[in-house]
Amino acid sequence: MGKIFKFHQDVDTDQIIASQYIIYPTIDEMKMHAFESLDADFASNVREGDYVVASENFGCGSSREQAPAVLKALGVKAVVAKSFARIFYRNAINIGLPVIVCKDLYDNVNAGDEMELFMKEGVVRTGGREFECTKLPEYMQGILDQGGLIASLNK
Amino acid sequence: MGLTVIEKIIRNNVGREVKPGEIVTVNVDRVMIHDIFIPFVAAKFEEMGFQKLWDADKAVLIYDHLVPASQVDDTRHFKIGNEFVHKYGMKNIHRADGICHQLMTEAGYVKPGNIVFGTDSHTTTYGCVGAFSSGIGYTEMASILGTGTLWMKVPETIKVNITGTLPKNVMAKDIILRLIGDLGADGATYKALEFSGDTVGQMSVASRMSMSNMAVEAGAKCALFTPDDKTAEYCGITLTDKEKDLAGDSDAQYCRIINYKAEDFVPVMACPSNVDNIKPVSELEGTSIDQVFIGSCTNGRLEDLMAAAEILKGKKVAPFVKLIVTPASRKIYREAIENGTMAVLAQAGAIITHPGCGLCCGRTGGILTDGERVVATNNRNFLGRMGTSKVEIYLASPKSAAACAVAGKIVVP
Repeated sequence: MGKIFKFHQDVDTDQIIASQYIIYPTIDEMKMHAFESLDADFASNVREGDYVVASENFGCGSSREQAPAVLKALGVKAVVAKSFARIFYRNAINIGLPVIVCKDLYDNVNAGDEMELFMKEGVVRTGGREFECTKLPEYMQGILDQGGLIASLNK
Repeated sequence: MGLTVIEKIIRNNVGREVKPGEIVTVNVDRVMIHDIFIPFVAAKFEEMGFQKLWDADKAVLIYDHLVPASQVDDTRHFKIGNEFVHKYGMKNIHRADGICHQLMTEAGYVKPGNIVFGTDSHTTTYGCVGAFSSGIGYTEMASILGTGTLWMKVPETIKVNITGTLPKNVMAKDIILRLIGDLGADGATYKALEFSGDTVGQMSVASRMSMSNMAVEAGAKCALFTPDDKTAEYCGITLTDKEKDLAGDSDAQYCRIINYKAEDFVPVMACPSNVDNIKPVSELEGTSIDQVFIGSCTNGRLEDLMAAAEILKGKKVAPFVKLIVTPASRKIYREAIENGTMAVLAQAGAIITHPGCGLCCGRTGGILTDGERVVATNNRNFLGRMGTSKVEIYLASPKSAAACAVAGKIVVP
């Protein structure tokens, strides 16, 4: 089980990791600034295995791959949203951060609730309830299973 | 059954008919990498174990976000970029010529029907000449540099049909802002936009660029204009039959068709802090402002600067308002000097900066602070985009922006 960190709709990549930090040389140097403008304590409060749950259009805006990368580096297990912007979605899969669409979860959970995502089954379990997600296309799940694009290319 | 423009482009690339929803592997015609992400692309390329570029001619590296360097650390990006260019024999590099999205078509790297990817979300811009182009991350870019291919899902298409003559104070920017407002910030996610109608036919390629550039703000994967005589002239080519055929068939399948009458458009702005928070300028009149920015890959072209100059001619920028003008490329900068546009802007009190991304990406050239309000011609009004997260950004056309600079408050041009 992991704790839920909840974010609203249209969270853009500038909000996930602002422009001034993306030129830091490494993801580790950037990660403490994740979600800084929305929740200044996020990076220090999030623990390995926690989840980001969001409403529509998560990750809209720029193509910066640092956005999913800082979340992964902070130990976020997966992002579950009502919908994703396409570049963020591709980037997340390519770096091996699970992302999945779930239409009903956001409106039925609170920040701080505990949940567990079963990626391959496409199911979230929380508070004794189950929420169905839209499973990834086989091709993308394949990249994710191998740990991302680099691992799948090197195979 | 007929085909949409994107279905034709992908068919021509993969050599067979395709349907929306299908996952295909395409052969990439050109890629663009900019200075912000080159260190990451270079690192991933080596991590993937590639020894050489799939085709050195097809890769373009452009320094624009960090030019000229405003912080010492910025120079690291140029150093890594230059090393990558040298090591892998890249030939196409621009170190101070302007914004990547302007240069890709201006310098002739993109032609109708091409498939192009770039490490920037506004790569959708090249749809202005009928190319499929979209933004990707640095890991995928490294993979293309090694393999020359990328997988993609064939998108569904939203057709946008515009007919008639635009009012004089309305620009292409007002059309795309209105469309983003009507679609919502995720209304075209995963989808292709296809523009048609006689209004679009009358538009310059520069105006089409403003629209394809901002399509991503509605989530679109790409935004396509059918190549025509204007495209041919702009690209310096004669269109082949295959290129002329890049129009939606009358019996093509669209997931949505939106019709607009050009006469119905009015000047609009995207209000803080969402790109789809669109309001007519008339409803915002009187709002005080601190700064105006005319520039960016959305609206830093010659026709944009000329439209602003027409309004600013013989007038002065209001006291306490800073007007910052940033041409999109060196070529535009030079042309604007030669035809007298720059003189008009300078006499009106504009601060004219070097070509580049500048203020649009919040790194240099007029950064704002808490409580300030800016009318800007770029493409994003996100929190923190052009300074602190307490800056209010109103996105507008160059005509609206110029009129506001003179009035010192928001006014209808």
